[in-house]
Amino acid sequence: MSYLVLDGLTRRFGAETGVFGLGLGVEQGGILALLGPSGSGKTTTLRMLGGFERPDAGRILVGTEDVTALRPERRHFGMVFQHYALFPHLDVGENVAFGLESRGVGGSEAARRVREALALVDLAGFERRPVAALSGGQQQRVALARALAPEPRVLLLDEPLSNLDPALRERTRRELRALIRRVGITTVIVTHEQEDAFDLADRVAVLAQGKLEQLGTPEELYRHPATPFVGRFIGRSSWIGGTVLPDAADGVGAVVVEGARWRVRLEAGRPLVPGPCALLLRPEGVAFTTDAARGVPATVTDRRYAGASTFYLAQTAGGVLLEIAAPGAAAVVGQAVRVAPVVEPAGPGDGVHLFPPGPA
Amino acid sequence: MTPARRGLTALLALLLAWVVAYPLLIVALESVRGQHGEWTLAYFQRFLAEPREWRALWASLWTSVASVGLAAVLGVPLAFLFERYEFPGRRLIGALVALPAVLPPLVGVIAFLFLYGETGFIARLVQAVLRLEEPPWRLEGAWAILLVHAYSMYVYFYLFTRAGLAQLDHAALEAAQSLGADRWRTLRRVTLPLLAPSLKGAALLTFMTALASFSAPYIFGGGFRVMTTQIVFTRLNGEYGMAMVQTVVLSLLGLAGLWLAGGGATVARAGGKGVAPRPQPIASPALRLLATIGGWTLGVFLLLPHATLVLLSFVPVGTWTVETFPPAYTVANYVQLLTEPTRLRPLGNSLWMATLATVVAMAVAVAVGLLATRKRAPLAGLVERLIAVPWLVPGTVFAVALASAFSVHAPWVARIILVGTVWILPLAYVIRNLPLAGRAVLAGFRALDPSVEEAAHSLGAGRWRTLRRVTLPLLRPALAAGATLAFVTALGDFVVSIILYTYDTRPLSLEILSSLRQGDVGVAAAYGVLLMLLSALVFALGSEREVVAR
Repeated sequence: MSYLVLDGLTRRFGAETGVFGLGLGVEQGGILALLGPSGSGKTTTLRMLGGFERPDAGRILVGTEDVTALRPERRHFGMVFQHYALFPHLDVGENVAFGLESRGVGGSEAARRVREALALVDLAGFERRPVAALSGGQQQRVALARALAPEPRVLLLDEPLSNLDPALRERTRRELRALIRRVGITTVIVTHEQEDAFDLADRVAVLAQGKLEQLGTPEELYRHPATPFVGRFIGRSSWIGGTVLPDAADGVGAVVVEGARWRVRLEAGRPLVPGPCALLLRPEGVAFTTDAARGVPATVTDRRYAGASTFYLAQTAGGVLLEIAAPGAAAVVGQAVRVAPVVEPAGPGDGVHLFPPGPA
Repeated sequence: MTPARRGLTALLALLLAWVVAYPLLIVALESVRGQHGEWTLAYFQRFLAEPREWRALWASLWTSVASVGLAAVLGVPLAFLFERYEFPGRRLIGALVALPAVLPPLVGVIAFLFLYGETGFIARLVQAVLRLEEPPWRLEGAWAILLVHAYSMYVYFYLFTRAGLAQLDHAALEAAQSLGADRWRTLRRVTLPLLAPSLKGAALLTFMTALASFSAPYIFGGGFRVMTTQIVFTRLNGEYGMAMVQTVVLSLLGLAGLWLAGGGATVARAGGKGVAPRPQPIASPALRLLATIGGWTLGVFLLLPHATLVLLSFVPVGTWTVETFPPAYTVANYVQLLTEPTRLRPLGNSLWMATLATVVAMAVAVAVGLLATRKRAPLAGLVERLIAVPWLVPGTVFAVALASAFSVHAPWVARIILVGTVWILPLAYVIRNLPLAGRAVLAGFRALDPSVEEAAHSLGAGRWRTLRRVTLPLLRPALAAGATLAFVTALGDFVVSIILYTYDTRPLSLEILSSLRQGDVGVAAAYGVLLMLLSALVFALGSEREVVAR
């Protein structure tokens, strides 16, 4: 039973932009990430959750309460804004106390809860500091303490890590994850960074053009992308066209790719349609081979060393660029090679995914 | 820092000190000097002993404070209405709302006179409707001055508040809401504190403008004297020493206001990149109707004085006596104004003097910009402060200072006779224009990315080529804004002109006044319309260039 429910949420800004019939649920204490490129509607969704944007249709439920029409100040959701939106004219303590005062908590009780909230984000004793004197990371933690102090029902985070430099980002992400889990609050995070979504959330909703593409755990999204968009958006991938032959058995079909013949296993329950198809290849799902029947002829155009493995780019005779992860000495630039799936027959878990043809 | 640059800065500093600071110093000195050059506090003693002087001082102070209050009460809610809500006519009226501030004060004042004065349009209307024997009111004294001030100065609060609202970190307001603060609490605890710098700026500007206001007290004051009019009348009576003391006191009052306003700590701005929300449509139909009616009523109210002026400019002399509407119309006033050489003269005078003053002030402003915002010359700070000084002291004070400093032939103490020559008014206009031009140009320079100029240098452009091809074109909007303001201010100047004009250089404003005195209401109105049109034309040109430069 989901605690926070988005039911057919719709907000139109035009024919193409907005959010269209979004349905999602988050368990009590669950962490959901809304992941998508800019314009996917993830920020609009978060703003509808916060009450800053009125949906044209659909409902938002918390437990059994319909909060769709509730103004932000009555909703009792905490929000951390992308640029933190700290009140520059108030000090750290006053910022954190703001939400408590709004709910009629004052005096020593407020002071105690401000102290607790600041201790929670590791800023004990920062009460009287002006917010302008804080570093970016500290400002973010104050924003978090401010949002959490009134003990909201749901925590909303808008691109929580986008304002931090890469070194700080890694550490902050770890701390943020630990903190949210410790507090145990139902949380929705908006981000365009796959890494942030995967690290922070239990479940990730991938959005594109205002619609839900797929909801799942990070592993499900990577290993079992439901749509070409998810396949392309999550993780590294190359795409190549092929033709599915009509002779299939046990969900395993034969696909002809630039003259080579691959055996591909389908996602469970998906029908195999003979004819043209598009194949998503993960770099670790393909390798160099000497097998002339299975290997697609290609020329290595680039080699990039990345520690654990080396990434090769190989251009096929058909002009498609494939990315291959292989040991460091597998090939040199300019070498003629053949590329084939590592596993035979290759299935979704093996980094080879079959999709209907289309604009990949 | 090349020696040439250093020399140039020093020269500029010296020149500005001579025309800006030195005359003020002379006023200060002459206020404690007797007729034979001896040191004396006699004038100050007389000033302090005279209840009339205290009354004028008190009148200046309280009308200025009241003007701030009235302007805020009108301007701030209007700014919220126009910035936050969408209703029919918002854009058009929003543009009209700034009108009273861009027109020359004297034009506004005489338009008010024709509209609300005892023989004005509204008074006649009320008299006719109620069948009164006498005009229903006299537009005179403090309340008349406050009415004009409220009308023209609410614009400062309106513009400053709108600008403040537009750059407010909107996320901070949403944060307050998400923390449970309702609209009222958000306004009180977050919006207003964040707007404080804008409101303070508007209050200061209004206070200084009201304190320096001359046209309204001069025309409407009657027996009610404020410091600016008091100074002029004292000089008219030949009591120069006393006028010096009054001038010193008025400057001190202005500086005190400035010091009070500057005393508070400025609010720190955190790095929020808030996006201003689009104006919200007003949900309730009744409220929307109310806002629309209110907006349009305001528009009419704002335009009415100027419409009256236009109407009156077409009325033949002496034909409009007791009727509600004028019985006859003519273009004779305009014909007279544009064909009679003595009538045409002031127009020419105002045009050439305003043009010269604008060109010189802009040149100085650009020079200061180059010296003060690039590699800073040692004296740049001083130069920058010097060009801001004329803003800090009322125009009357400056006019008196120039009149004193340049009425004596004593080259060995850097005093020459300019009073009575054609050069004194243009010089006064230049000085009055320096802060306007300087602020616009300096803001433009500061907004300029220095790396753009560095890029030009690295591409082989020398200093002049960079200035001509890169810096000045990029500054064009700022230059246009500064020049527009400077030109319009000089064109419509009354406060400085009335003290320094000569018969040969009498400007439009004084011709309006003398036409009014001679009962040529139609001609005065026609002059007013002309001044209004010229100002509007210059503003239109100025803003058009701004668009082109983008």
